[in-house]
Amino acid sequence: MSFGDTPILRGITATFERGKTNLIIGQSGAGKTVLLKLLVGLLEPVQGQILYDGRDVTHLTQKEIRTVRMEVGMLFQGSALFDFMTVEENIRFPLDMFTNWTKKEKVDRVNYCLERVNLEGVNDKFPSEVSGGMQKRVGIARAIVLKPKFLFCDEPNSGLDPKTSILIDDLIHSITMENNITTVINTHDMNSVMEIGENIILLNKGEIAWHGSANDVLSSTNDYLQEFIFASPFLQRLRQAALDQESKDKR
Amino acid sequence: MVTGVLQIFTDLGRWILLMRQALQRPEKWSMYWKETVRQMYDIGIGSLIIVALISIFMGAVAAIQFAYQLSGQLIPIWYIGYIVRDLAILESAPTITCLVLAGKVGSNMAAELGGMRQKEHIDAMEIMGVNTASYLIMPKLIAAVVVIPLLVYVSAFVAMIGGFLASVPTGVMTAPEYTRGLLAFYEPYNVFIMTVKSVVFAFILTAVSTYQGYFVKIGSIELGKASTQAVVASNILILLADYIIALLLTA
Repeated sequence: MSFGDTPILRGITATFERGKTNLIIGQSGAGKTVLLKLLVGLLEPVQGQILYDGRDVTHLTQKEIRTVRMEVGMLFQGSALFDFMTVEENIRFPLDMFTNWTKKEKVDRVNYCLERVNLEGVNDKFPSEVSGGMQKRVGIARAIVLKPKFLFCDEPNSGLDPKTSILIDDLIHSITMENNITTVINTHDMNSVMEIGENIILLNKGEIAWHGSANDVLSSTNDYLQEFIFASPFLQRLRQAALDQESKDKR
Repeated sequence: MVTGVLQIFTDLGRWILLMRQALQRPEKWSMYWKETVRQMYDIGIGSLIIVALISIFMGAVAAIQFAYQLSGQLIPIWYIGYIVRDLAILESAPTITCLVLAGKVGSNMAAELGGMRQKEHIDAMEIMGVNTASYLIMPKLIAAVVVIPLLVYVSAFVAMIGGFLASVPTGVMTAPEYTRGLLAFYEPYNVFIMTVKSVVFAFILTAVSTYQGYFVKIGSIELGKASTQAVVASNILILLADYIIALLLTA
């Protein structure tokens, strides 16, 4: 993938597994957002393939790609809620557009999704009237309303306090497991990496620098990974303590 | 110079592709109809006061200035009614109203779509599988070509009232004289010309403004630029179309 003559991503080969939370991590400018946009078809790769359950989606027509997107849900960094619609109308929008359900069926599904993200009684509020964390949860509810097979999340924790971030992570992780969907999260939140990272790809300058799971992070000898994950002295001390404990336990 | 010409052709090509995409079959007619009605209300009711205000002064100023120009000449005073009527129908109502609407409605459309692009609303709809060009542009086009001609009729009518208010109560002429002028040499074909102009101008201001908004780049400066370009380009194209229509329909 390149913008003009500048290559952004090179030689990326990865498999995102069903029923798992797959993480794309890396520094700002590493190519995370570009990779996510390629995966959802908002950008087209110069070469290579993107397979959804074996179907190559890279050279589909606009009409064909829209059919594939019916199976995709996405949570945007800024939630991307339509500010001229209420919370309920936002979540109901995909149902209004693509289903012939009755109004009651739609409202029931909206209420179920709101309950699922632990939000009730906000149906008639506008996005500007709810907090950032609530907006993210409404975004998740909208992303799952059509029961997608693939869920993509772009920086779901950006701008949120640590407690709300954990709540959002847990929510995405449990929804992934419950519905057995393929979830891909683009993040640089270290808590997310360690808590819900079942399949992690670390990008550096548009290339895969490391690949593994949260369990492999501590024991990995990859310098770039260690430099990235344990960038702060506080985390370095924590890591050292964890490694010391591990060696003590082994003895 | 060469870059400028290339840019014009690039914009033209992108505009044609966008319009082709915008005029595709809707995913769901009811959703498009709902959006069209919302746009009709915004354009029609939202612009009624400004159109009426401008028109009443256009008619009033035309009446007073022609009274000044005709004073001391052999042309009968009731001609003022005739001049105000044909001036309103042939030029001021369609052209001035649409130039004003390009500033009000056009810049609003560019800013609305540009804001949606920048806040990832358009990407969010694309991910859901919505043909955003069609859903966001087609209702605006339909609403504009239906409602703006109605606003132009209102403008022409109010301009004639403006002429009456400026000339009769001030003693320039009597009410029967003004009415006689309004009814003299009436040519229904002129109303046809007004209708053609208003439909063409409505299409121009909507198509240009939505194009500018839909492809806006990131940043508030870009949003302002797109809004300004929408108005400037619409105004130039409206004046050009005005000349061509006048040439074709009155030659």
